[in-house]
Amino acid sequence: MKFRALLALLASGSLMAGCAATAADTKSASAAVPAKSSQSSRTAFPSTYKAYPSVPTAVTGVTIFDGEGGRIDNGMVFMASGKIISVGGSDTAIPADATIVDGSGKYITPGIIDVHSHLGDYPTPSVSAHSDGNEATSPVTAEVWAEHSVWPQDPGFSRAMANGGITALQILPGSANLFGGRSVTLKNVPARTVQAMKFPGAPYGMKMACGENPKRVYGGRNRMPSTRMGSLALNRQTWIDAQEYRSKRNGAKPPKRDLGKETLAGVLDGEILVHNHCYRADELNQIIDMSKEFGYKVTAFHHAVEAYKIADILAKEEICSAVWADWWGFKMEAYDAIPENAALLQNAGACVIIHSDDENQIQRLNQEAAKALADGRAMGIEISDAQAIRWITFNPAKAMGIDAMTGSLKSGKMADLVLWNGNPLSVYSRPEKVWIDGALLFDSGDPSRRPVSDFELGQPGEGDVK
Amino acid sequence: MKRFALLLASAAALIAAPVAAQPIAITGGKVVIGDGSAPIEGGTVVINNDRVVAAGANVPIPFDAQRIDATGKWVTPGIFAGFSRVGLVEVGAVSQTNDMNASGSPFSAALDVQYAINPFASPVAVNRAAGVTRAVVSPSTSRSIFGGYGAVVDLGQDENPITRARAFQFVELGETGHSRAGGSRAASHIHFRALLNEARTYARSAGQFDSDLLKASDAKALLPVINGSTKLLVHVESANDILKVLDLRKDFPALKLVLVGANEGWRVANHIAAARVPVLASALSDLPYGFEDLSATQSNIGRMKDAGVKVAFGMINDRDAHQLRYSVQYAGNLVALNKVPRATGLTWNEAFAAISSVPAEIMDMGGQLGSLKAGRQADVVIWTGDPLELSTQVEKVIIDGVDQSLSNRQMRLRDRYSNPAPGALPKAYDR
Repeated sequence: MKFRALLALLASGSLMAGCAATAADTKSASAAVPAKSSQSSRTAFPSTYKAYPSVPTAVTGVTIFDGEGGRIDNGMVFMASGKIISVGGSDTAIPADATIVDGSGKYITPGIIDVHSHLGDYPTPSVSAHSDGNEATSPVTAEVWAEHSVWPQDPGFSRAMANGGITALQILPGSANLFGGRSVTLKNVPARTVQAMKFPGAPYGMKMACGENPKRVYGGRNRMPSTRMGSLALNRQTWIDAQEYRSKRNGAKPPKRDLGKETLAGVLDGEILVHNHCYRADELNQIIDMSKEFGYKVTAFHHAVEAYKIADILAKEEICSAVWADWWGFKMEAYDAIPENAALLQNAGACVIIHSDDENQIQRLNQEAAKALADGRAMGIEISDAQAIRWITFNPAKAMGIDAMTGSLKSGKMADLVLWNGNPLSVYSRPEKVWIDGALLFDSGDPSRRPVSDFELGQPGEGDVK
Repeated sequence: MKRFALLLASAAALIAAPVAAQPIAITGGKVVIGDGSAPIEGGTVVINNDRVVAAGANVPIPFDAQRIDATGKWVTPGIFAGFSRVGLVEVGAVSQTNDMNASGSPFSAALDVQYAINPFASPVAVNRAAGVTRAVVSPSTSRSIFGGYGAVVDLGQDENPITRARAFQFVELGETGHSRAGGSRAASHIHFRALLNEARTYARSAGQFDSDLLKASDAKALLPVINGSTKLLVHVESANDILKVLDLRKDFPALKLVLVGANEGWRVANHIAAARVPVLASALSDLPYGFEDLSATQSNIGRMKDAGVKVAFGMINDRDAHQLRYSVQYAGNLVALNKVPRATGLTWNEAFAAISSVPAEIMDMGGQLGSLKAGRQADVVIWTGDPLELSTQVEKVIIDGVDQSLSNRQMRLRDRYSNPAPGALPKAYDR
């Protein structure tokens, strides 16, 4: 196992050197879409995802964590036509034609959702030819879209499904830049093209980064930003320019399309959600003030290892913190990380998400949530098991703007579910079945229901349990 | 919040207590010996000074023993991290605090981590509080395939971390070795052979040693590797690289090899077993991180064990300086594989042994460390429940018979910010 994401960041200056020649052909993209930015962002590169065939299925006698903090013992979940139809106790009616899955002794949760992943843009094998996560040639690259870097054959997608029950995930650009570009939200369904993975109707996100990474990457080249104050100055000037673009765009003589400013204007319009990589409490607060200066909202702070120091402020501002359970010490701004971060945020009434940023831990977000829960309880904070499941289901769905469609077991929502062979908060439990829009896409007992990417086909270990 | 008062009390005891003058009997707990045997309900562990006297059922308790009631708890040997860099790093990206390798040094095999390991580094305290009591500490490499001497350490709060200095030499012979040697495995293997042959030249006439390849100090460091008096830990991952390392003994028959990593070990497990070479492996590697890891699977350790390989867990380039506490989680995950069709895991007893007695045995220290058998160093942990389960907390850590402080920076920050808003004074006054 390798600490690849971090290594990529720490070495990002040199690792990115080979990427300069891959500038996208923006002309062909712009020719295909109308000039209005918010419209074009919806129509360019549209999702072609279609749910795979499903059969009406009822899981019976199962313990249910519904993703919104609810729990039903000896419950029943029924899905048909790709949707959740009913969720309830043992007395819930089951249609005669339903396939019955005996869930006794087992647990069911919504599909697990990772708000912070680089699968596809930093895929395995982690060779430099695959290093597509940071357009580290300028600190402001709001114009790039992560989906144009995503390699659908990354074996990490299928591992995240089989071992982690991941059914949806947000792929972000890296954190070398202050404005890293657009994210993309995917259904974790194997596909030939990224468009066939794009989550239909999901809003875009925009990655921002504060702190050590941008100033290390650009300061090392004697470019702005080399300091935190330089970062803030460049951030603010970028927003000022975006405001001007946005007001001109709505005026009589719209300016020439500008991909970066379209994304920034989309943030100011409230259509694109800001996902801000930031560690230190004082910096989180600086970013909040900057967002107020320019009238946008930070949806989630990512990593946020010092969020616990300002949990009250984050609760008041209604900003989610997407955190690791216990990563710490790998750089200065991660020095004050504590394993009780998530629990202290929860205790203050703030929104908590457990994220991975890692192709290994995305395979066990349930365990990371369980550790964060245990550390909270050990200091006397009472949090239910069902609430901890919310940290990896409904809350990330909310931060990705897809909570009306997935993230909890409510009738009418997408049938994205995981059947676990035991309590998902136990180290001894693994996904047994994973359904996405009702289609059974992983079954631990059926080798033919285990996806194998093109890269792994014909290689040693093809189709192994991994 | 009642634990806070206890923590403050233990924080006051940061100065190491003297070695216990009276025997200690830990009674009533579920006792895990650590040697792969089943846990013993209602067992007793007796320690005296720095050693285990006895552990198990029906153990006589000395009349003068201090008793610790562990009813409802689990009592185990401390966790032994089979491969790590703990104590070599405070903050990973702050180079002044990172002593894993020395890219600006003219030396390689002679580099010795015993001078760099800092027992007062915060990762030592954090992992101690999580029940990790011993670790293999390896240098990494920079300009040579050889990283230098590694050590076996304890994570006690005292100033003497070294259990065994110069416990092994570390070398890279996989993809990393390829780049260290100039860009090919052909280069890393000729480099390896040439350096060892140069060391032999040094041994024949140290006074006239003049090598273009090797400094005298490095030559001196390689001599005990050649004659097998110092182990050689070799990091390789791929099946083919493993086979080539096993072949090294054709040219250097006395090499005492230990494989590190071996993500594809399961494919050549019979060869590893036949060569009687033990492995310090990554527990959960399951992706093709590089082309050397194409067939990586979480079943690797279980399959190697089934083939007769002696295998323990290591944190190989995996948060190796800060997160040794993942060892228990990793062990639990391999137990979880038993419920996954077609996967090969470890039994609970095997999994615990892979993070306690087996790494000690691989370092030839099984007679001193890694279990609660009589005569072993008294490294004992009391847990609130199953030590491999995510909900379990550590209640007490004893290293070399000494009750350890569980306090660390993370706990102090937690307590300061348990209520984040400042009170009558700023947070800086809240201690």
